Formats: sequence, C-alpha cells, structure tokens
Amino acid sequence: MIFNHKHLLGINQLTPEEIMTILDTAESFLEVSRREIKKVPTLRGRTIVNLFFEPSTRTRSSFELAAKRLSADILNFNLLASSVVKGESLKDTILNLEAMNIDALIVRHSASGAPHFISSFCKSHVINAGDGTHEHPTQALLDAFTLRQEKKHFSGLKIVIVGDLLHSRVARSNIILLRKLGAKVVGCGPPSLVPPEFKSLGMEINYNLDEAVERADAIMMLRLQLERQKKNFFPSLREYITHFSLTPQRFKRAKKEAIIMHPGPINRCVELSADLADSVHSVILKQVENGVAVRMAILYLLLGGKDRDATD
Amino acid sequence: MEEKIKAKVMDARKIKRAMERMSTEILERNRELKNLVIVGIRTRGIYLGKRIAQLIAQAEKVKIPVGVLDITLYRDDFLELEAQHMVQKTEIDFSIDNKDVLLVDDVLFTGRTIRAAMDSLFDLGRARTIQLLVLIDRGHRELPIRADYVGKFLPTSKRERVQVHLEEVDGVDEVLITEPTEIE
Repeated sequence: MIFNHKHLLGINQLTPEEIMTILDTAESFLEVSRREIKKVPTLRGRTIVNLFFEPSTRTRSSFELAAKRLSADILNFNLLASSVVKGESLKDTILNLEAMNIDALIVRHSASGAPHFISSFCKSHVINAGDGTHEHPTQALLDAFTLRQEKKHFSGLKIVIVGDLLHSRVARSNIILLRKLGAKVVGCGPPSLVPPEFKSLGMEINYNLDEAVERADAIMMLRLQLERQKKNFFPSLREYITHFSLTPQRFKRAKKEAIIMHPGPINRCVELSADLADSVHSVILKQVENGVAVRMAILYLLLGGKDRDATD
Repeated sequence: MEEKIKAKVMDARKIKRAMERMSTEILERNRELKNLVIVGIRTRGIYLGKRIAQLIAQAEKVKIPVGVLDITLYRDDFLELEAQHMVQKTEIDFSIDNKDVLLVDDVLFTGRTIRAAMDSLFDLGRARTIQLLVLIDRGHRELPIRADYVGKFLPTSKRERVQVHLEEVDGVDEVLITEPTEIE
C-alpha cells in the first residue's frame, strides 16, 4: 500500500504514485455514490469536523456527504455562531474541539499555511480544504480524476489555465499536480494576475488567449475573484471579458474533443459564455460529482486502518 | 515470513471435477435458472464464479450474469488493520432484487468475509435467496455460517494457510496447504 500520510496539506507532499492511488481508490467510491443505498459502514464511529473559516458551498457539502457516505459522524462548525467571534484564538478553538475526541479536521482558512500550523500541534488528521492563496489539494485531485476519466492519461496533454492565477489556490495545486503527472500547463490571463514567477512551477505563460488555447486538450477556467479585485489588477471588467473570456469562437481553436473545466462558482458570461458552460464540452458538473468520490477516497486513505507511523 | 508447502491437496483435474459436481448440484437445487445470478468475491471468487456460469451455460444453454463484489469497505476488522487495504470496485451491473444470488469464494474460514459480503449485498438490493459456494471449507468458523456447495472439506490447523491458485490469476490450478517457517 503506497499511502502513508497522516495529513493532506498540499499536492506538494504527494508522489505521482500516491496521486494515482487516490484516483484509483476514488473509482470504487464513485460506484458507491451511484448506488441506491449510497452508504458503506467503513468509518463508523469516527468523528470528523468541517472547520470552514471562509464561505463554501461545494467543498463543504462535498466533504460532508463524503463523510456521511462512509458512515463517519461529521460536525459542521458554524463560524458565525462560534466563540471565534468572541475572540478565541485559532489554536484554542482547535484544542477545544480536540478535547471532544475528534478524529479529523477539514480546514478552510483565509491564511495561507493555516492547516500546516494546525497540524503542528494537533493529534487529529488535518485535511486542507483551501488555505489562502496557497493550495486546495482536493480540488486538484478531483480535477485530475475528471481529466483521467475523459482523457485516460496525463502525459503530453496540453492544459490551459485561464484567469486569476495569482490569487488562486486551485491553480497552484493543479499546476503542481499536472506537472508531477507529466502534462504540459499553459497559464493565461492579464500579466498583473499571471506574474512571470509562475514559470518556476514548470509551466508556460501566454498572455494571448487565442494562442494559448490552440490545440489544447482541456481548458480550466478559474473564477474571477471579484471580491479581491478592488486593487485594480485590470482596467475594467469589460476589458477583461474582451481578452480573457472563453467564447465558442475561441474554443474552436482547441482540439475537437477538448473539455472545459471550472472549479465553481461560475460567473456566467465573465469567465466563459453561458452556451459553453452548458455545452457537451463542459465537464463542470462531472467535477462536482467526482468531488464526493475523491474526498471519500481521501478520508478512507487517511482515517482507515490503525493509527500508523505516518511519514509526516 | 517464509512459507513452507506442506501438501498439494488439489490439482487442475480435481478442481475441475469439484466444479462440475457443484454446478450439477446448483442445477438440481435451482429449478428457475433464469432467476439465478452469480456474485464472485474478489479476487479468486470472480474466476470460480465465471467457471460455474460457463459450466451451467454448457449444460443448460442459459447465460447466468456474473458480478464482482469487493468487501473491503464492509470488513469488521477495518479499524484494526495495520495498513489500509486497497479498495477495488464492486461491479454488479444487474439488479439483485428478488434474485437467487449465488455467492462464490475460494476458501471458507472464519466466516467473516461472508458476513461482510452479505452486508454488502443487503445494501445493493433485496435478494430472494443467497446461497454460498466455496472451493475449500477449512473449518474454524467464528460465525454461524455454512456453505451450500463445497468443493472440498479440508481440516486444517489454525497455523496453516490454504492457498488457492487459479489459472486466470496465478497461471496454474492448484490448492496448497502451507505453513510459516520460524526463522531462528
């Protein structure tokens, strides 16, 4: 068995073999999710806490369903109704939850590195569900699972990632993962949001979307994080759309069987045209379905079996 | 740990005979063959199940569907295992509702695998009956479970291991009794 981690903090910590183990395991759980009785008794008696310090629909409900389908108990931590609003520190919050004998913490936090910090002192398994602008490993894994479903392999694929790479933890995790598996990654967006430093992750950059999508196998559109755009990274939304929105015309330059991916939530008519989002090329809802299976696989691989001597 | 072979208890010919006899017993007991489905437990139960289906097809010209069951997620010792078992897919692309399910495994030992397999089947539908076929019954049951069709009863000690090798997986048809050798 080639998976011996206590925490899932980032794609960075995983080897290509471990990534494949997660994807293979997720295949079995996709089958469970499609049954009439979508539940197996595997993690009965384990307690998992969803600790989301930032809003989320997909990731939080996806983890919640994953835990429930494995028969684990899950506690949804409600930030607004918690003592965090009274000024309790992150460390104290965690220590108190741990005192209630939990087994795993799924953490989303606006500070990059928060899950790493938590894993440094707590006994439970820690799963990073998105930290600041750093990593979002489960999203990258479900994207890889979807890509493998559609394309069967990774090596030599041309994947274009379009939009705000600078603020995107999804992009960072995806670039690291796709490079580990031998795909070619091209980043595209306004230079202010796709700085040249990204090349150090092993990707190419092309600031012209028409050129970037040429002969692409998959195009990943990132959400334009409108809430983070107050610092004028580009002159106007209309100008951004003119240059970086995926239109049917632009999409024609990609390979005939190319797919369109998006981690959600979509800003329709900003990142991509509504017809494309609903077209047969779009695998956006498959990504959502696969998300539950991939998260079940991760919970299974981390929490299954006796407490082992993990490598981290 | 090294394994020492103590005895070869079945060869290809004996396995074939046992399978033929069991398929005849199945035909005797199941008048409504159209209602029969076979579910093989990973890994070797799958191939034994397929062989039974083939034997029935030869004798009665009826095609019996064969599914694959992975019981990893239903194990009762799951939280005590030292390392995770790789989960594999359950592939049953037919409904088991109201069917007569023939569950197939290579060795019946404590009965815990069969308990897990039955729990798993209950989650997949409501079978009319569940019957069990095993190539080897080696005794030492820990649960009140018995097989309907047995290839060979093989009394063993708990220290011994029974290894079923099949052409499709191992390149040879044979049943061996092995024992771990102590290393000084």
